[in-house]
Amino acid sequence: MDAILFLLFAAIAVVCGINVVVQTHPISSALSLVGVMGSLAALYLLLGGEFIAAAQLIVYAGAIMVLFIFVIMLLNAGKEKKLPRRLWVKFAGIPLLAIFIGIVAFVIQRMLPVTEGVKFGAMTHGNPQELGRALFNVYVLPFEVTSVLILIAILGAVVLASKEIE
Amino acid sequence: MNFFIVSLIKSALVAFVLLTALAYIQWVERKVLAHIQLRIGPRRVGPHGLLQPLADVIKLLTKEDMLPSHVNKFFYFLAPFIAVMFALISIAVIPFGTEVKIGSFSTPMQLTDLNIGVLFILGLSGVGVYGVALAGWASNNKYSLIGGLRSSAQMISYELPMAMAIAAPLLMLNSLSFRELVDGQGGFYFGLIPRWAIFQGPFPQILSFGIFMIAAFAETNRVPFDLPEAENELVAGFHTEYGSMKFAAFFMAEYCNMVTVSCVGALLFLGGWQPLWPAEYGSQFVPTLVFAISGLICLYHGFHPARPFDRFTLPVFGVVFLGIAAIFLVPIVATILLPLFWFLAKVSIILFIYIWIRGTLPRFRYDQLMNFAWTVLFPVAIVNLFVTALMVALTSK
Repeated sequence: MDAILFLLFAAIAVVCGINVVVQTHPISSALSLVGVMGSLAALYLLLGGEFIAAAQLIVYAGAIMVLFIFVIMLLNAGKEKKLPRRLWVKFAGIPLLAIFIGIVAFVIQRMLPVTEGVKFGAMTHGNPQELGRALFNVYVLPFEVTSVLILIAILGAVVLASKEIE
Repeated sequence: MNFFIVSLIKSALVAFVLLTALAYIQWVERKVLAHIQLRIGPRRVGPHGLLQPLADVIKLLTKEDMLPSHVNKFFYFLAPFIAVMFALISIAVIPFGTEVKIGSFSTPMQLTDLNIGVLFILGLSGVGVYGVALAGWASNNKYSLIGGLRSSAQMISYELPMAMAIAAPLLMLNSLSFRELVDGQGGFYFGLIPRWAIFQGPFPQILSFGIFMIAAFAETNRVPFDLPEAENELVAGFHTEYGSMKFAAFFMAEYCNMVTVSCVGALLFLGGWQPLWPAEYGSQFVPTLVFAISGLICLYHGFHPARPFDRFTLPVFGVVFLGIAAIFLVPIVATILLPLFWFLAKVSIILFIYIWIRGTLPRFRYDQLMNFAWTVLFPVAIVNLFVTALMVALTSK
């Protein structure tokens, strides 16, 4: 049952991921990205990370992607125009992509050798209490630094926007 | 296999009751609004208009399914589907009462008790925005687009104070499962004051209940925050181009969201199925009393009819209400029905407030709406969450 669900959601994630690139209309691409986020949440759920799954759904699918769609709708972005591709791009593209993915997979395998297989529902330290404890005890410095970084980004955006208005 | 059969029966029951309730909430809304505005409301179809929802459903089903020529077909059909699907799914994690016991067999009054139930509801309400936003965009109509834009901006803005208001009682009760949250609100202070989250120490959550209710009105696009479908500016907002069953899907989604939000409010802040005062002072006779009084009032008006038709209909209602009152006196059934009664009573009161406010308040202007969310509601919610966290940290062992 777990394996079937995993294959189903993995397939949905991959198909939606390809669809993000293939679609010409920004709204279709953004919605495909929502599909990727949703199926990733389902995969987290299968592994036993309920809180991470819910956070993925709320933050990415529910908030960030809604903002994306909001901006696309506000700008009323139309279909993108397709330029004719060069000949060597058409023929060499897919083999080059395959080689690139192969190299990345090889490097990852070398750097992080597989010690044991991943099991469904094996993640037992994913409940909110333990996550919160880890964030505010062990990883408090990276956590706070990241929040400051995001704050700086917000301030930068505000400064840039206010210049525009003047 | 037993699990599958029980789940199937429960799902069928919940779906049937929910869909019927959605239709009748609309009847109640029309009746209450009518009486607020000194009208009578629907009373042509069936006694007191009770068959009006059925007539509406038949009307919507048999209407011609128009497809405007200028829409983006795929998203135009997808939008109502998304809206109604995510609205209906969220009922799955709502508990309605303690549990049903028949002999040795017992099952909780809930479809599934997720340990992240609260987050599940928040996630679904976040994803539900797509239905409205896409409907506005796919209709390819300026009124629809403005409605969709307003709605998505409003829902993103009000989701923040709502989530923060929800987080405060979660901090106090220390759980994310609805059932555990309600269990944490059982018992009484001094044997009299209920330990509901809005009364519970160390920091009573009255403020966050207020924030939650305001944000809930905005999340469900209801008056005074119904700008996405402001009739006098936007025709009908995001669903201008929708007719027949596709319109009905948006309609159902709106009412279903109302029901879900009322359930969450009742569960998180009003103690779910915990009674208002302890059973020693006779709280188990409240349903009997309520239904008996309603029955007697119906009988009295049946025998002194204001309209000729009342002579036949009101005594029937009176007898039905008295029968329900009698059922609550049977001890075996009462243990099952009492929690259900308290829960439904709280949900109905919140739903009534929804309708009451619709009959009372005018609509916000759009900039007022946004200013209110970001400059009033959000800071208040942060301060409330901070004080709650501080109190919980100080008092916990």
